[in-house]
Amino acid sequence: MSNIKCQCGHENPFGTELCEKCGRPLSEKAKKSDIVDMRYEGSSRRSQTYSSSIIDKIWNFFSSVKIGVSIIAAVLIASAIGTIFPQKFYVPATTDAEYLAYYERLYGTVGKLYYQLGFYDMYNSWWFKILVGMLGTSIIIASIDRVIPLYKSLKKQRTRRHPSFMKRQRIFGEGEIVNTKESLDNAEKKLKDFHYNIKREDGAILAEKHRFSRWGPYVNHTGLIIFFIGVLLRGIPGFYVDETMWLREGETRNIIGADGYVLENRGFILENYTKEEAEEVFGAALDKVGSVVKNYQTDVTLYKKKDGALPGSDDLEKMKDYSIVVNKPLTFNGYSVFQMDYKLNELSTMTFHLVEKTTEKSLGEFTVNLSNPEKEYDLGNGSTVDMLGFYPDYDGIKDGEPYSKSPIPNNPAFIFQMNTPDKPEGEKSFIAIQQTLEVEENDYAVKFAAADTRNISGLTIRKDKTLYILLLGGLVFMIGVIQGMYWQHRRIWIQEDSEGHLLIAAHTNKNWFSLRKELDKLRESADLPAYIDRQDPELDKLEQEGDENIWT
Amino acid sequence: MDLVTISSNLLFVSFVAYLVATLFFGGAIKKSKTEKAYHNSKWGTIGLIITIIGFLTHLGYFFTRWAASGHAPLSNMFEFTTAFGMMLVGAFILLYIIYRTPSLGLFALPVAIIIISYATMFPRDVTPLIPALQSKWLFIHVITTVIGESILAISAIAGLVFLVKNIDMTKKSKQRFWIEAVMYTLILVLGFVVTSTTFKVMNYEAEFTYIDKNQEPAEITYHVPPLFGMNEYEAMTPDAMTPFFELPPIINAQKMSTLVWSLVVGSVLYIILRLIARKPIAAVFQPLARKANSQLMDEIGYRAVLIGFPVFTLGALIFAMIWAHEAWSRFWGWDPKEVWALITWLFYAAFLHLRLSRGWEGQKSAWLAVIGFVIIMFNLIAVNLIIAGLHSYA
Repeated sequence: MSNIKCQCGHENPFGTELCEKCGRPLSEKAKKSDIVDMRYEGSSRRSQTYSSSIIDKIWNFFSSVKIGVSIIAAVLIASAIGTIFPQKFYVPATTDAEYLAYYERLYGTVGKLYYQLGFYDMYNSWWFKILVGMLGTSIIIASIDRVIPLYKSLKKQRTRRHPSFMKRQRIFGEGEIVNTKESLDNAEKKLKDFHYNIKREDGAILAEKHRFSRWGPYVNHTGLIIFFIGVLLRGIPGFYVDETMWLREGETRNIIGADGYVLENRGFILENYTKEEAEEVFGAALDKVGSVVKNYQTDVTLYKKKDGALPGSDDLEKMKDYSIVVNKPLTFNGYSVFQMDYKLNELSTMTFHLVEKTTEKSLGEFTVNLSNPEKEYDLGNGSTVDMLGFYPDYDGIKDGEPYSKSPIPNNPAFIFQMNTPDKPEGEKSFIAIQQTLEVEENDYAVKFAAADTRNISGLTIRKDKTLYILLLGGLVFMIGVIQGMYWQHRRIWIQEDSEGHLLIAAHTNKNWFSLRKELDKLRESADLPAYIDRQDPELDKLEQEGDENIWT
Repeated sequence: MDLVTISSNLLFVSFVAYLVATLFFGGAIKKSKTEKAYHNSKWGTIGLIITIIGFLTHLGYFFTRWAASGHAPLSNMFEFTTAFGMMLVGAFILLYIIYRTPSLGLFALPVAIIIISYATMFPRDVTPLIPALQSKWLFIHVITTVIGESILAISAIAGLVFLVKNIDMTKKSKQRFWIEAVMYTLILVLGFVVTSTTFKVMNYEAEFTYIDKNQEPAEITYHVPPLFGMNEYEAMTPDAMTPFFELPPIINAQKMSTLVWSLVVGSVLYIILRLIARKPIAAVFQPLARKANSQLMDEIGYRAVLIGFPVFTLGALIFAMIWAHEAWSRFWGWDPKEVWALITWLFYAAFLHLRLSRGWEGQKSAWLAVIGFVIIMFNLIAVNLIIAGLHSYA
């Protein structure tokens, strides 16, 4: 497409409505209009110019504010639907059937439908992601479509504009002035007081201020795009780690997701508020709810494997002792370890006596470490106990064998073989909590004596290199919003035309009321023609009718 | 007197001050015969002074309670909602000093009064902080959010004045229906306050056992007569009334009973008011909104969004994400409260695009502002009380 050459000699890109330099209307539409559309300076926006190819159509679709707002509305409604019932990640289930059963049991047919439509995992659904993607696309395309032509036009604008441009401004006035030179001088002085930047060439003034506020929307959109990029980056390996681990008191284990680091749990603490410490202030509240947790804390020691240490070796270097509490994660080398969960009083060891049934005489005792049981326990007096079977989470007999439903010692059961000097061939016994089974009547028995418990800390390990990108996005967004909202780009043109008349026109991107007030003040100190605002908003007219009888 | 008692008394003083100030703003409107008199009314100035006194005692409540408990009083429904009312009044005072429009006061203060009364229906005990809330971010995040939301609420109030003034109440129309619906909703909140207060004064209590959604036995105490019973309920209080309906386990029948009581009482209240006034409630207020300048109300509504939107973004999204990352290990988790903060943000983003780019001003803009307020209130009330999530501190 060819450029449009304006009468002033400037070459404008195809599709330009108003000459970038002198402002002469170029398109038929602009020539016919009383007030020209100044929103993007009448520049050539791609979306308004081309519409034949498929790319043009996509571009035009996404550059429309109407479409943008529709996408916002769609994301908004989808998000709201996602909060009606709990989302997948808050539901205690693992298989599809369990999820379906959960939603159906609690929420009936509606719940079933909610599951079937995929609303139960709304924010991970492909179409929600597509909506957000469309929002991002719309932000990018709509911004580029506007900011580039706007920038070019504002850069190329000339001080003296063509009268046809002046006459088509919303605020315009013309008249004969006794001494134009003096008027222009006074106006220039006053406008400088108003902090305008003044350009002056023979008989013409362009006063402009706060052009930077025009870039506000594009700056805040850039912030949003930076934020989106940050979120997308988490998909790249190494940028983002999110793991959980259970660490028992006394245990030292490799930190999942953080290679080379080892964590020791020196103890988990759960504290409640006591009535003594808070009787006066919190007494009433504590009476009502029973107890309130004051602190969840895991005391840990962090180690680092020494450089060059073989995998699996214990060549550790102590880094630091730390108490992880909620809101105060342990941090090291970009990783954070959070206190997230706990389990109290898991069995850790069980101590048994070997006794002779008739005399109840003890032949000695032995202790089983439930997380690491031994094969044989030597009682030192010629008697040993062999562990033939260990079922940490005993859940009855399945297929003739004792069955453990998990490796966690919630309900430990054992098969022991007792070898004594009396019965060197050994006697077998099955022992579970509150239960002993013998194949045939034994002379000896293993009797439970004591148990030790310990707590477990649930920790989350995170590394998120994108956090600073996200923060930057937020910051840029805020800057853009403030830049665009709290200043207005104002321009005032004053010039003498060829017949000696003085023309005045003004434009602002928003807040016309303040611009008019400024013009009125300007006219007090400089002899300038009266102006009119030819596009008083509807509201002004609304105000006029019936005004008389309100006050009576 | 201990600090907590002083604190409650100060709150009561502000409550009364706002009530009295409302009357003065009403007087300012009634007595002004010209626009100039309206803006410079002595009645208005007295109203302003009383409002400022109320605001100062309100601040007094806030800081004495802070001193008593050792943490910023923003940790449960009562504290949060009271702070919301306080900031609403604060924002109004600022706008009144700039624009001097008594009509705004006549609408803003009653809304603040309703919000504060609503707040006091929740347990007012000073509670110790659970571990997740023990952070400096409690104050930073919540106070910024409260300020943002109350500025946005001012935009809705300006919108309300605009609509009450400009909607033709003599002819049947959609707009007339909806503005009356807004009035009705406000009266329903009063219905809730009246219901709760009445049964509280009567010291009503009824205990029930029931089977919860995880099929475990549980207990519940009603503070209003049980219209609805929980799943497989059994009364433990001997002379408790028998509920009319039994509800499935996912619905809290106690809250449902309170809701229905409030609806009934509120509706009766509304009907009585209509019978006395013999016209829609919005029409009763119309003469009081008449003297407000439409263009100014539109401007205030728009500026409130301009200021409220960035503050809300900072408090409810940016600070929220920073804290969420520290306390819960992730900056965003699609918790219902988070989602509704995002919805609020998206809504006001749409508001601004429609206004700046598509020229939605006047009535359209005013309606959007009112809808925005509804969303904020939904996030405050419904998300806390109905949708369970991490933020259910009530």
